[in-house]
Amino acid sequence: MNDPWWLILIKVVVLFVVLLAWTIFNVWYERRLVGKMQHRLGPIMNGPFGLGQALADGMKLLIKEDFIPSMVDRVLFVLAPLIAGTAAFTAWAVIPFGGAVNIFGVDTYLQLADLPVGVLVLLAVTSVGIYGFVLAGWSSNSPYSLLGGLRSSAQMISYEVAMGLALVSVFLYTGSMSTHQIVEAQRTELLPFGINIGFQNWNWFVLLPSFVIYVISMVGETNRAPFDLPEAESELVSGYITEYSGFKYAIYFLAEYINMATVSAIATTLFMGGYLPIWPFNLIEPLNNPWLGPIWFVIKVQLFISLFVWLRGTLPRFRYDQFMKLGWKALIPIALVWIVAFATLQSLRTLVTSGPTIYVAIGVVALLVFGAIVLFDRPRPEPPEVPTGTFDAFAGGYPVPPMPGQVLPEQSTVVPSVAEPVATPEEQ
Amino acid sequence: MIPLVTEADVAFWIAGPLAVLGALGLVLFRKAVYAALSMAFTMVNLAVLYASLDAMFLTVVQIIVYTGAIMMLFLFVLMLVGVDTPDSVVETLRGQRVAATLAAVGMFALIVFGIGGALVGVPSVGLAAANAQYGGNTQGLAALIFGRYVFAFELTSALLITAAIGAMILGHRSRIHHRPTQRELAERRMDEYASAGVHPGALPNSGVLARHNSIATPALLPDGSVSPESVSAVLAARSEIVDSVTLSAATAKVFDSIEATRIEEADE
Repeated sequence: MNDPWWLILIKVVVLFVVLLAWTIFNVWYERRLVGKMQHRLGPIMNGPFGLGQALADGMKLLIKEDFIPSMVDRVLFVLAPLIAGTAAFTAWAVIPFGGAVNIFGVDTYLQLADLPVGVLVLLAVTSVGIYGFVLAGWSSNSPYSLLGGLRSSAQMISYEVAMGLALVSVFLYTGSMSTHQIVEAQRTELLPFGINIGFQNWNWFVLLPSFVIYVISMVGETNRAPFDLPEAESELVSGYITEYSGFKYAIYFLAEYINMATVSAIATTLFMGGYLPIWPFNLIEPLNNPWLGPIWFVIKVQLFISLFVWLRGTLPRFRYDQFMKLGWKALIPIALVWIVAFATLQSLRTLVTSGPTIYVAIGVVALLVFGAIVLFDRPRPEPPEVPTGTFDAFAGGYPVPPMPGQVLPEQSTVVPSVAEPVATPEEQ
Repeated sequence: MIPLVTEADVAFWIAGPLAVLGALGLVLFRKAVYAALSMAFTMVNLAVLYASLDAMFLTVVQIIVYTGAIMMLFLFVLMLVGVDTPDSVVETLRGQRVAATLAAVGMFALIVFGIGGALVGVPSVGLAAANAQYGGNTQGLAALIFGRYVFAFELTSALLITAAIGAMILGHRSRIHHRPTQRELAERRMDEYASAGVHPGALPNSGVLARHNSIATPALLPDGSVSPESVSAVLAARSEIVDSVTLSAATAKVFDSIEATRIEEADE
């Protein structure tokens, strides 16, 4: 679609404002949600529901002193946050917020640009965004920053491979790399057991392995917990942003939150039906209005962001070698096998146009068998021997508690209040 | 006079000079990181040129592969190794300069004759007709790569995989000793604590004095003596350690006088 210049201008401005406001909302949202998960309140004092807190934090960062340490490489130190921020915003140019609508007499899509290679543009922009993190690490001239920058780039490059491989099967299934067409292709109806109850054939169902791989690698790609090794505060202070303050720090903060929304938006677009209404609301015809698309889209993306927060509130940080092992030795091989299986399946389906379900089943089973062989075919450690017999309070030379099956000597004569008596070492 | 009519013309006169500037930067910058970045800048500008000529797939692949992967790896190595020193001007391979000049001339001739031949010799169909043949630019490229040029494409991928495996073999080193796992390390620490009384926890932090809080400041134990584990052994070997005892001498003196007064009071 060729939009007139004024429509592009309107779309750019709206997109920019929406992203800024959404980021501020997300900062508040994450703090409140992680607060709920940790049995505390989070920011509640300023403004309605504490919403003013995030705004005030943002303003504080903007008017703080913009400090540049004396030993840094000044050109790159300033350039790095600009690259990171620009890349974060640019990615949203190809994200579809809604379908075809009519704005002031012009037929257009609710998205800035619908390119035939839209999803690849996202990958390209992400890979340029890595420069922002690497250069920040290098130009800061500090070991913490450098290690953070190197970790960040290694991590993002590794997980971008798995991410790209997960997207390939979506291209194969849809036959297109345009984000708009991928969403529209998910509008087709899925008939469970031949009954039409209005389920839409969203890609996560047919391409479940791709979806799982994508969701894992999108967390790695955005440097979020449990994969937040580049800014692991117990090891690297703040990683690549250790030396940054004020507005430049704010840009990195903004970029991190926008990137989180970006990968969530890609997941929504490619696997979760994008701007299509959630079942069973798609059965109600007025809710299929393309102007309601952005609402469905934002709801889905917000659910993915909640997943990010949930992971952060639940999981401890990975060790670096375990993290790399997961990426290179689990995600990438599984993704490769899945692509081969799925491509075979697709060509079989075009050759023999019958019974696609059985091929899906074959592919999934083959993948599961392979995954089981890769993941579980390793010698199991022997379970440690449970020491029985009399309890030695200084076993091995230092004070130890009793193991299960052992009883403290002074308690061996105490009869417990429960009906069943505890087995004493003498009985075993 | 070249008329600026189409968007492609405008894009060319903006991105073209910028690409040349980036190429000059690659050769002229003394810092290796800046040179690598100039090259990445050139790549991005070439991608802009492709985009202005409606080759969207080539644009994106150019950015992903060259800017995103290859130049990023260059930068990665430069940062990790920290190349600062300029190369020596002594010629290590004999006849290298002559060969390089010949190769440059040959390359230039290839480019001139190749592009010239393409401009003059082959009748141009036009982008619209070429794209329409397979229903789009990306589809046309796919048809060529996986149809007519599939053999060349597969050979290239075989070459790349060979190179990757070769690099892995060169970089591989087999471990002589078993690498201790986290669990084994923890058990070893507890054994050492049991047998020799070595403290199993983390080492003490460096010290904080009134004028120093760097990692070169040793912490003082309650009796005023220096805790040697609180500073890195590397710093100790370089003897860059702040002399905590001298710095805390004033405090120690005051403490001593207080102690002395107390002892006197106790004596009385």
